[in-house]
Amino acid sequence: MRARNRELLGLLPASLLIVAGFGAVFLQEQTKLGDLSLTYGAIFLGLCLAAHVIIRLRLPDADPYLLPIVAVLASIGLVVIYRLNETLARDQAQWFVIGLIAFAATIVLLRDYRVLERYRYVIAAASLFLLLLPRVPGIGQQANGAYLGISLGPVNFQPAEFAKIGIIIFLASYLRDTRALLVSRKRFGITLPRLKHIGPLLLVWGLAMLMLVFIRDLGSSLMFFGGFLAMLYVATDRLIFPVVGFGLFGVGAWFFASTVGHVGDRVSAWQHPFDPKLYEQIGGSYQIAQSLFAQADGGVWGQGFGQALVSVGDSPILPAAQTDLIYAVIVNELGLIGGIALLLIYVLLIERGFRIAVLARDSFSKLLATGLTTVVALQVFVIVGGVTKVIPLTGVTLPFVSYGGSSIVANFVIVALLLLISDRARREARR
Amino acid sequence: MNKPIIRVFALLLVLFGLLAYFTTRWTVIDRAQLQDNPQNKRQLLAQQKIERGSIIAAPGTILARSVKRPDGTYSRRYPTAGLFAQSVGYSFLNPGTAGLERFYNGELTGRTQGLDQTLRKLQGKREQGNDLQTALDPQAQQVALDQLAGRAGAVVALDPQTGRVKVMASVPGYDPNLLRSAKATSALNSAAGAPLLNRTTAGLYPPGSTFKVVAATAAIDSGLFEPDSVVNGDNGVVISGVPLNNDGGEAYGDIDLTTALTQSVNTVWAQVGERVGKRRMDRYMKRYGFGSPVVVDLPADERLASGDYCTVDGRRKIVSATASCVDIGRTAIGQDKLLTTPLQMAMVASAIANRGVLMRPEIGTRTIDPEGRTAYQNKPQQFSRVMSAASADKLTAMMTRVVQEGTGTAAALDGIDVAGKTGTAERDVINNITQPWFIAFAPATDPQIAIAVTIEKTVGGFGGTDAAPIAKAVMESLLR
Repeated sequence: MRARNRELLGLLPASLLIVAGFGAVFLQEQTKLGDLSLTYGAIFLGLCLAAHVIIRLRLPDADPYLLPIVAVLASIGLVVIYRLNETLARDQAQWFVIGLIAFAATIVLLRDYRVLERYRYVIAAASLFLLLLPRVPGIGQQANGAYLGISLGPVNFQPAEFAKIGIIIFLASYLRDTRALLVSRKRFGITLPRLKHIGPLLLVWGLAMLMLVFIRDLGSSLMFFGGFLAMLYVATDRLIFPVVGFGLFGVGAWFFASTVGHVGDRVSAWQHPFDPKLYEQIGGSYQIAQSLFAQADGGVWGQGFGQALVSVGDSPILPAAQTDLIYAVIVNELGLIGGIALLLIYVLLIERGFRIAVLARDSFSKLLATGLTTVVALQVFVIVGGVTKVIPLTGVTLPFVSYGGSSIVANFVIVALLLLISDRARREARR
Repeated sequence: MNKPIIRVFALLLVLFGLLAYFTTRWTVIDRAQLQDNPQNKRQLLAQQKIERGSIIAAPGTILARSVKRPDGTYSRRYPTAGLFAQSVGYSFLNPGTAGLERFYNGELTGRTQGLDQTLRKLQGKREQGNDLQTALDPQAQQVALDQLAGRAGAVVALDPQTGRVKVMASVPGYDPNLLRSAKATSALNSAAGAPLLNRTTAGLYPPGSTFKVVAATAAIDSGLFEPDSVVNGDNGVVISGVPLNNDGGEAYGDIDLTTALTQSVNTVWAQVGERVGKRRMDRYMKRYGFGSPVVVDLPADERLASGDYCTVDGRRKIVSATASCVDIGRTAIGQDKLLTTPLQMAMVASAIANRGVLMRPEIGTRTIDPEGRTAYQNKPQQFSRVMSAASADKLTAMMTRVVQEGTGTAAALDGIDVAGKTGTAERDVINNITQPWFIAFAPATDPQIAIAVTIEKTVGGFGGTDAAPIAKAVMESLLR
């Protein structure tokens, strides 16, 4: 079967899922089961088809599974958000449309994505600017001690979501140029690059630390820095770089955890979620403790869709259920089975991403695909790991599932870039 | 460059494995622990949406019911206020649940309904729990509370033939409706006299001479003694190396066991206890239920075990009567290290009343589902056969004499034979503080009711003068 036909067929399960999902919510809410769920399913299918047509026209050789996987994730997200709050789901659906527009725009405008290399310093500067934007007085916003969002009139968005794409593009381009230089000089038997080559990379480390200071978010900086180290390792094939990198990050994180109150609070809440003092404290361990309680109630099979206890009256039991804790809601309702299934879908997505990186012919494409995929994977790890108490809980979104406009749009751009790389790689491979 | 790419993928797979493992940990491995965490209110919150079943007393009086709040959740109301406070318990988001409310939580919330509840849910009907029917008698309970008249103490009455609990009074009490407010709850928690404590099952007191009935059971049922066996009842008999005195230092000379019980002669029963020995005494105590938490349908942490409490390795704990720290002579007269719950002593009376067969005490009789069908029948169950029917008859005759002409005449009822035994435990010899007891059953010929009464502290009071009249009033109310 041709790649595009496989993609078309792959969209079917996503559409069935969203029809079944909305149907289940209607049943649960005990309003009459109208044709509304079918309508939602049809609109969703229509949007997916539009995306499919764009890919068919512009990227006929691109990976056929990425779009269906993303559609499945998005439909899970829409249904769960709809079940939590109808208004938010409508917002999310609108963001989904905007995300698809960004997706189409990326594909149409970046016919040859390698032109990005030409603007790498502009992109890097713009990304830095975006990262620091939330600290600009007047538009910056602080939530739970972290500076992640900005507000422009009616629109709130998290510039870091877009900054991460820009930084990866910059790094892919920069590392393509310097990878040979980074490993060329040996001193005392170990690879020791010159300062002028390693300098910009130390700058990135400094940037990650700066993010800890300015944005005060451990999760985001772990995501950025992890993506950077993965690219550095792929570029040089020297384990020493990521090992030293993680060491430096660890030292920095430890330092800030013990000096920046908000980061330290998150760490102690992670270590002792049931400590009565931390539990009562505002911004303490209440959220993580409730997340664990919700998951425990889910058990193996879950409470059933729409059964999760999210709030009593107006007081929420699961704070930020639609964003940070959406994984806890899913595990509560669909159980361990549902949680593992969701993780497996992400593994499929990541596998496609790395396959694209492996297939790609040139270094820039390989590094770009690796970076984008790693950042998405680490974002899943940071938020699911936070919710399941593997690491301290910090507020990043679960890609394509959590409520959040900037996240949806940025992630669609990432998928578009991966498809662009994939189309080129597969066409070249066929030749 | 492909090799490092695959390695990065492998590392991420390991990280995702970690996520899967931790999800498994919270949903399966540590599940019960998380659900039992006191900070976890999810189960309780979920139950607020269920119309909890009512708790109903014997004549149909509602002891606990659910009322719907404007937000669609339900809240608990206790129409009889403090009447059955500690036994019915309470069920609120804070401070949680206690008593019957806790023990029958599954039934009251309908979780045991299984398929029926699922069907009702699918039909969109509201969730409704089962009602709990009890054998509790509000009128007799009120008499018991009136009689205790604010003095700390306890009254337990049960039907010896079925084990049904009719009266379970513990003073001081509280109004469970007040527990809706957090302030009242914390006030009650630290209040003097521990009103939240169910003294009938969790109050441990020296039983005094009421325990002589247990010694008599061991003595007669084992065949070592007969009611007319003669023992010397002089004052100052040396027991375990220390001379023992009778009440008022009286010397009785050679008397039979019936007289010794009627007059509650310490020296006779202490000698009997020594003759019976630790092993035999231990066996009969176990048959009565001593040595393990008193059995009744209340939560485990509201029930304590009766028996000898010794300090072992710096910690006070219950030991069997065979332990070396036990003075068996003084145990036989309810002194030394012996501590009992009032319910345990009511069980002693109940076993003799039911001709040697001890029935399991139960408060709940059945649960009724929302369609009015019996969901669960709590059938009377035998706890143990303590003694032969013949031995029980002999003990009944002896205990009847106690009320007819001995220390327990204050419990006598008009035209009805009462079998009983008084007890007066010394709590503070210098200030003459005593703990009066009375255990009894009636009618002696066809027992309908077995009872235990105690008052924690009186100045110079006796079982016969202070506790027996309370037992009389409660029995009168129950036999009306």
